[in-house]
Amino acid sequence: MDTHPEAPLQPNAVPAPSSGSAADGVNPADAHLGTRRRTESVASLVLLTATLMAALPALGILGLLIIRGAPALSFEFLFTMPLQGMTAGGILPAIVGTLWLVGVSLLFAVPVGVLAGVYLSEYAGESRLSRIVDLAIVNLAGVPSIVHALFGLGAFVLFFRFGTSILAGGLTLGVMTLPVIITSTKAALQSVPQSFRLASWNLGITRWQTIRHVVLPNALPGILTGIILQVSRAAGETAPVLFTGAAFYLPVLPDSVFSQSMALSMHVFALVTQVPGLPDSMKYGTALVLVGTVVLFNSFAIALRFYLRRHRKW
Amino acid sequence: MSIHRRTRPAASVYAEKAIEVVIHLCGYSAILFIIAIFGFIGREGIGFLSTHIVGMFTQTSWNPTHDPADFGILALLAGTFWCVGLSLLISVPIGLGSAVYLSEFAPERTREILKIVVELLAAIPSVVWGFIGVMIVNPMLQALGAQVGLNGLNGAIVLALMTLPLLVSLGEDALRAVPDSYRQAATAMGATRWEMVWRVLMPAARRGLLVAVLLGVGRAVGETMAVLMATGNSVRIPTSVYDPVRTLTATIAAELGEAVRGGEHYQALFGLGVILFIITFFVNLIAEWTLRGNRST
Repeated sequence: MDTHPEAPLQPNAVPAPSSGSAADGVNPADAHLGTRRRTESVASLVLLTATLMAALPALGILGLLIIRGAPALSFEFLFTMPLQGMTAGGILPAIVGTLWLVGVSLLFAVPVGVLAGVYLSEYAGESRLSRIVDLAIVNLAGVPSIVHALFGLGAFVLFFRFGTSILAGGLTLGVMTLPVIITSTKAALQSVPQSFRLASWNLGITRWQTIRHVVLPNALPGILTGIILQVSRAAGETAPVLFTGAAFYLPVLPDSVFSQSMALSMHVFALVTQVPGLPDSMKYGTALVLVGTVVLFNSFAIALRFYLRRHRKW
Repeated sequence: MSIHRRTRPAASVYAEKAIEVVIHLCGYSAILFIIAIFGFIGREGIGFLSTHIVGMFTQTSWNPTHDPADFGILALLAGTFWCVGLSLLISVPIGLGSAVYLSEFAPERTREILKIVVELLAAIPSVVWGFIGVMIVNPMLQALGAQVGLNGLNGAIVLALMTLPLLVSLGEDALRAVPDSYRQAATAMGATRWEMVWRVLMPAARRGLLVAVLLGVGRAVGETMAVLMATGNSVRIPTSVYDPVRTLTATIAAELGEAVRGGEHYQALFGLGVILFIITFFVNLIAEWTLRGNRST
């Protein structure tokens, strides 16, 4: 697994040029041994600094959110309605609205995405069509979130006449998460050894039955990991629901998929940009709830992946 | 002697046929959606683009609600590429540097931990990055002497932090894909670890590293909420890093809510969507081609 050369490199062990004459065939580069050593240590120091600069902001931001946001968190904050144009009260409808939106997006994206992954891994093979599908998936994954918002508005809100609703917002989120669910499902299915399929086919079991009873169960944890990561992504996205399902301030709980609702991500946006003079603790508290949810789901997915790597049966 | 062959009930054969048809349809869904997305935004936007294309690409002023309205997007394009370019100046050296460190220098355990941290960084939602831009970077820049803390540099810093995880993980994948025999050969020649990275691994992995940067660009160009909140939203061609700017994505997000459905302004915003779609489509396509070229060599 470890791709590093076994021991640290040993140029230091090469005798300094002064100890041998040029006739010994000592590489002239070694005349610069001191410089090379210095370059080596400077380089590793610079690279370590770069790594810390990439990693520390994450820890710093999480720390700051917790320090400044935690005091605002309370039972009332999480489970009551916002009051007085969001300047007081809690964030319950935003939490419930996010659950609805994510739920609808999963109801759409999980069946379609998993079956599409099954198609790519088990049926498509290496054809021109499967290459086009792959290309479409890559490009779908690269579509900016605001373009998804325009699509959701044009297709679900207006064309299919769902109106600005949880249904339209959830479907927009679903289309956005679809390519990643397809890709992770495909990878999970392909990691199941071919011998499992061959054994099953040799017993006269059909292709679909093999998939249903042999391949899918073995790939399930991997598929779940991909889905959980998309749950956290869908919960955090703002732009796609901005014009399709989420409301700025609507202190009632949604009663069907055709109602509008608040959403946590949208609420963070609204509190920061639209409500002047709000105490910082409320903003930090709301952001902390959003980040906490997302980090929780991600940690769960990471833990699942580690468990999987350790307990793989093949 | 007859071979007894149990036949399956017709219903189960048909059910299996049906599910396989559904699987194939779902398989094609990605193609369907990419076409549908282009179709739906194109339906509103392409008509507008075809009549206003010259004005859009020759004027800098964007005043869609004035009479007569101005639809010049040069300043918006400049804002987008200004932020993305500045963010790359920050994220590419840091991102690829940490990719090299994680892949070639870090001990296994440190590597595992840092990768988890980077993954968590990737999970922070866009709107929270916008929040960070407004609440944390904004006062920091003001302390450094910026008149307005919400500006192009703020947007670039936030974008850089957002694209870092992508650069780190894709960059590390690219370096790890270089066969170990290259490392062994370099070591046998007496190269130091840095010499091995700089002279052998980086050239060998250059396509993969380029793909990482391209996908980072694609992500940064399309990023919406963070730049909407952090850049200060002022339509102008920036001349200093402290100038507030406005990007293509932020324009759509800020104005779509007010635009009358079906009106000229509304169609203009869909036109911007078409332009964004095309930019990111080509960036991703080039990345995909670069990757395929990598596989064949």
